[in-house]
Amino acid sequence: MSNLYNYILTIADNSLILAQRLGELCGHGPSLETDIALTNISLDLLGQTRSYYQYAAKLKGEDKTEDDIAFLRIEREYKNCLLVEQPNTHFGYTIGRQFLFDVYHLMLMEKLQNSPDETLSAIAKKGIKEVSYHKRFSSDWVKRLGDGTEESNQKMQEAINDLWRFTDELFFMTEAEKAMAKEGIGIDVSTFKEKYYKEVSEVLKEATLTVPENKYFTKGGKEGVHSEHMGYILADLQYMQRTYPNMQW
Amino acid sequence: MVETLSSVSDPEIPVLTVLDLGVIREAIEKDGIIYIKLTPTYSGCPAMDVIGDDLKKAFSEIGKQAKVELVLSPAWSSDWISEEGLQKMEEYGIARPLSESNDIDVLLNSKKLVKCPQCQSTNTHLVSQFGSTACKALFKCDDCLEPFDYFKCLK
Repeated sequence: MSNLYNYILTIADNSLILAQRLGELCGHGPSLETDIALTNISLDLLGQTRSYYQYAAKLKGEDKTEDDIAFLRIEREYKNCLLVEQPNTHFGYTIGRQFLFDVYHLMLMEKLQNSPDETLSAIAKKGIKEVSYHKRFSSDWVKRLGDGTEESNQKMQEAINDLWRFTDELFFMTEAEKAMAKEGIGIDVSTFKEKYYKEVSEVLKEATLTVPENKYFTKGGKEGVHSEHMGYILADLQYMQRTYPNMQW
Repeated sequence: MVETLSSVSDPEIPVLTVLDLGVIREAIEKDGIIYIKLTPTYSGCPAMDVIGDDLKKAFSEIGKQAKVELVLSPAWSSDWISEEGLQKMEEYGIARPLSESNDIDVLLNSKKLVKCPQCQSTNTHLVSQFGSTACKALFKCDDCLEPFDYFKCLK
């Protein structure tokens, strides 16, 4: 399969799996407002995923559709990073995961909008507007929780400490990413790694949180080696299509 | 053509037609078929599928076949809502989008600029950055105490 196809999935699968995670909170958010906000973010991500998958399906041909890509792959074929598959342990954890992803996501979209690939550029331009809102929401909450009560500060700090080990993978380049970056179509994510940690650290400091110094990082998701959570996510996500093949809404 | 297009409204904000909303980028008739280019407000907006179906239905009622294509570029902006559309929206109870910098201020609750569509007071505050749909935020008026939607600036 072509590098472009794999490259599209590397970006799109992050949005799909994070959307699925946030979707789990529909009706279960800690308050009505945050419930609506998180599911709206989920919807934006799902919309972006659809645009990517439609493009990927067109490249693949063979009458493949976006649904085949979303629902009928096996776990090892999903290329999302480990960060986005982490569970909604508590609200602070969900916000921490969102924040660490949003900062990366916006930087990626800002680069991708200049890609000579017209479709990727169009999806990124549209995505920037939405992801800016996501980042504003999540960083606002990191500050509120960090600079909140003793308990909210402690929980937010624990969440950041725990999620920190997944951040390095965002900048790990797969073969497809390297090949597409070389062709000038994809983005060399390592170019904004420093900027990423700087921005994240600034928000954490403003939130009176400590920037983790942990240098132990874990990776694998982008190459299809996922954490134990992924199987459960896919069981939920794929259930309908696996049980009732070709069903439609 | 314009008449048929303006008979289709946004399912979420029924006072706005698709023309008011600025989501129709092109509509041409060729060999008896109407080709429409539709742009989504937000990537995941579920109203787009409904709007596409409604357009096809509206044209089939006047005996025409319509083909709807979704285009992403250039990306939709809240600036594309017509002045007439903005007025209808306010009458309907949704506050109109502010400029980009003011939009950021009100969504961080650092300035009071959003006008309550019920009593016109700007003594309002943000309840939630996301409202009933992705394109709106939830506000409350501190004078008449009514909650209302604010249509976010998207540029």
